[in-house]
Amino acid sequence: MLSAAAFYILSATAVLSALMVVIAKNPVRAVLFLILAFFSAAGLFVLLGAEFLAMILVIVYVGAVAVLFLFVVMMLDIDFAQLKEGFISHAPLGGVVALALAGILAMTGLSWVSADSASAALQSPTPDDMTNVAALGALIYDRYVLFFQIAGLVLLVAMIGAIVLTLRHRDGVKRQDMHAQVNRKREDSVEIVDIKSGEGIG
Amino acid sequence: MLEIGLGHYLALAAILFTIGVFGIFVNRKNVIILLMSIELILLSVNINMVAFSAHLGDLTGQVFAMFILTVAAAEAAVGLAILVVFFRNRGDIAVDDVNLMKG
Repeated sequence: MLSAAAFYILSATAVLSALMVVIAKNPVRAVLFLILAFFSAAGLFVLLGAEFLAMILVIVYVGAVAVLFLFVVMMLDIDFAQLKEGFISHAPLGGVVALALAGILAMTGLSWVSADSASAALQSPTPDDMTNVAALGALIYDRYVLFFQIAGLVLLVAMIGAIVLTLRHRDGVKRQDMHAQVNRKREDSVEIVDIKSGEGIG
Repeated sequence: MLEIGLGHYLALAAILFTIGVFGIFVNRKNVIILLMSIELILLSVNINMVAFSAHLGDLTGQVFAMFILTVAAAEAAVGLAILVVFFRNRGDIAVDDVNLMKG
């Protein structure tokens, strides 16, 4: 009863905030609604018993991805009203495609049956005597360790790619040059001038 | 109605997926909202994965959902980096006329 109420509240929040993401005029609001959608999805994951994924969703999406979006939205000086122009003219086509897709998904959902042998084909049944985090950890570091490493590699490549793309050399910015700073000699930077009194440097 | 099963979660994921596709169609000019729509679609896929994982009692779905999360995060980072570079070169982010590379 309580979990049903939680499901309906969380899923209604998720759907409404997802709609707001799509139709919001102000992109900052869109990002904030995206965060709300991810929060409610995390709540749904908790309802499903996937606590670890719920925490990962909050940390990765709300903590990293959404903040990244916020940074970009606020950093770029863009005329967002102009970007919204095509909304009305594209809406009918988008609506038709979305409705067709919803119809296909509904047809699939209604005609879908589970095979009798499905329960025998489980790859890694959920253990009863472990918490979700411990069970996932045992699985990731044992059976899926190669995929785990590859996931790390994907993140590394993405990080290097993002840095390479956005790093630029700017003239007129004073940077530290350790080698030059340490190897500076007294003769290079100090000149002793003997000035006779009364004459000035002239 | 009060018994929440697999079908409820699948319906929710389908609705989120449809909203994401709708967002891609109506926000053709605004890449930032486009990227957010893609994130919504990936979220709906994740809900599917976790719902089936819980329904079947098989943890593999959750492992895969984690990898989807990883790829989604990487995609968002690289996409936004490309967006920033594009903005520096062009001064705006209207993508309906991105044909600089056309021969």
